[in-house]
Amino acid sequence: MSDVLFVAEHRRGELRDVSYEGITAGRELADELGGDFHVAVVSGGVEAFAESLNTPEVDAIHTVDAGEEFDHDTYTAATEALHAEIDPAALVLPNSVNGLDYAPAVADELGLPYATDAVGIEYDGGLTVTREMYGSKVETTVDVAGDQFVVSIRGGEWAAASGAGDAEVSAFDFDESGVADGSRVQGFEEVGGGDVDIGDAEFLVSIGRGIEEEENLDLIRDLCDATGATLSSSRPIVDNGWLPKNRQVGQSGKQVTPKVYLAIGISGAVQHVAGMKGAETIIAINSDPNAPIFDIADYGIVGDLFDVVPALIEQFD
Amino acid sequence: MKILVTVKEVAAVEDDFEIDGLAIDERYLEYDLNEWDDYAVEAAVQIAEAADEDVEVVAATIGPERSEETIRMALAKGADRAVRVWDDAIAEQSLLDVDAKVSVFEQVVAEEDPDLVLTGVQAADDAFGATGVALANRVGYQWAAVVNDLDYAAGDETATVRRELEGGVEEITEIDLPAVLSIQTGINEPRYASLRGIRQAQQKEIAPRDLSDLGLDAESVDGALELVDMYEPESESDATLFEGSAEDTAAELASVLRDKGVVGE
Ligand SMILES: Cc1cc2nc3c(=O)[nH]c(=O)nc-3n(C[C@H](O)[C@H](O)[C@H](O)COP(=O)(O)OP(=O)(O)OC[C@H]3O[C@@H](n4cnc5c(N)ncnc54)[C@H](O)[C@@H]3O)c2cc1C
Repeated sequence: MSDVLFVAEHRRGELRDVSYEGITAGRELADELGGDFHVAVVSGGVEAFAESLNTPEVDAIHTVDAGEEFDHDTYTAATEALHAEIDPAALVLPNSVNGLDYAPAVADELGLPYATDAVGIEYDGGLTVTREMYGSKVETTVDVAGDQFVVSIRGGEWAAASGAGDAEVSAFDFDESGVADGSRVQGFEEVGGGDVDIGDAEFLVSIGRGIEEEENLDLIRDLCDATGATLSSSRPIVDNGWLPKNRQVGQSGKQVTPKVYLAIGISGAVQHVAGMKGAETIIAINSDPNAPIFDIADYGIVGDLFDVVPALIEQFD
Repeated sequence: MKILVTVKEVAAVEDDFEIDGLAIDERYLEYDLNEWDDYAVEAAVQIAEAADEDVEVVAATIGPERSEETIRMALAKGADRAVRVWDDAIAEQSLLDVDAKVSVFEQVVAEEDPDLVLTGVQAADDAFGATGVALANRVGYQWAAVVNDLDYAAGDETATVRRELEGGVEEITEIDLPAVLSIQTGINEPRYASLRGIRQAQQKEIAPRDLSDLGLDAESVDGALELVDMYEPESESDATLFEGSAEDTAAELASVLRDKGVVGE
């Protein structure tokens, strides 16, 4: 019982990045535990997925041929069955939206300790997990009791594994007939099309909750007019209905890679950063010197946007 | 029918703060209803208001007496009554883990027997993002996580939800009731509590429960997770910070924008 099992994630025929990141995290943990590292892939084109996941870090790959897309009942049942078979010390799952939809059920069903959204994992006779709290304002160290546990990992925190390995791939014998059918996926829909594609913009001025009121958005529109920038935003602005969904940058919004991303009144929550960290140059204006956005910014102004933005507009008038 | 909404009072941290041992010093905390729960309460109240039949909305929280002030906000926005669970054994936990929370809510569900349970996707403080789905598994309900659209009318046997996946893709799923749904921000527009609502909330019941009331003992909240350290993350920032007046910093920023070639002369 020193093995590690990681369950990969895919959507619409493609493995998601976190699948390769999980391989790195799982391998490190398996080395510390002194066991083997198993990867499982459930549903869809499992054979092709297994081939891509077969990197040098992996010892064994298990394919579960059941259904096409993520279905939490299938994933929950398959993961439990794999767990029973492999009996790993650690079960590692992605803290993705689909991870949120089945990992807690698996941990509860197995009656195992569950640490979510890990940004660091260490095993030294016991499991220690690094997590963030209060919107990344503090980091915490959490000890997990027990010799078996479930941990979900945050995307983007581990390097992605790559290259070709020679792990043995085996089809896991999984009986789908007993799987619950209390929820049924009917389909998918892309949202957020519309007037502009913020993904095309060279210069994005992005506004967050620091703007306080809908009327104050005019100030940011003036800045966009003066500079020729395209307007985007963090999630709360869209949640409030002040801007349409196609302007939202982030995990559930759009991934953008402009030349310059100017984040104004945006704290830099992980789900926001997921959408904009690929920008060439990141600039932040924020009144809080400890705002996490400054950790990834190239340039910053610690100040009140209601002072700085009018002064910035004047520079271009 | 009955809808149970789990709600939590969470602390927001001021810009400047100090950590005292394993917690942020009380002086730097401001308490509020968890953002995600606010949307969950609104979703429940909207179902109740649109229904022909009687729909009772019950808010359930795990929190100290102080949290009643926040829970009254849920009552002011239309929840009918609330249950507040607290106990010395809960207060002693450095971190109330998912299993401990679920053990408590499992008993609340057993007592209330709701048809639908709504939770927030995550709590803004500990950010586990797991209570709703783990609870569903424990009580044998169906579930869906990260719901940003809910099509359900009181009395229906199924709900159709949209789950907000990454990258602007939504999954449309039909779910049998009883179910637990974890609610994402933006699903609706949470109302402000009206003065009348706030007045009425004073008359509504917040029933205090301790572990023994729920048939639990101290061990049931003795989770497997222990908080052993809390610290401010080391800044990895190598950002060039412009200092000075708004005019000075704006001028420097403007020259960076010109240098990068994203604005014309
Ligand atoms: C499953 C899931 C998916 C999500 N997807 C996304 C997503 O796609 N995109 C996204 O953005 N979020 C997403 N979120 C939400 C995310 O967690 C944060 O809540 C959100 O990004 C916060 O937005 P914000 O930075 O604008 O607001 P806040 O975090 O409230 O930050 C506001 C900032 O403004 C600053 N400020 C206030 N006043 C001023 C002033 N006068 N001048 C200068 N600065 C000021 C404050 O210091 C603060 O740093 C998601 C969350 C979940 C759980």
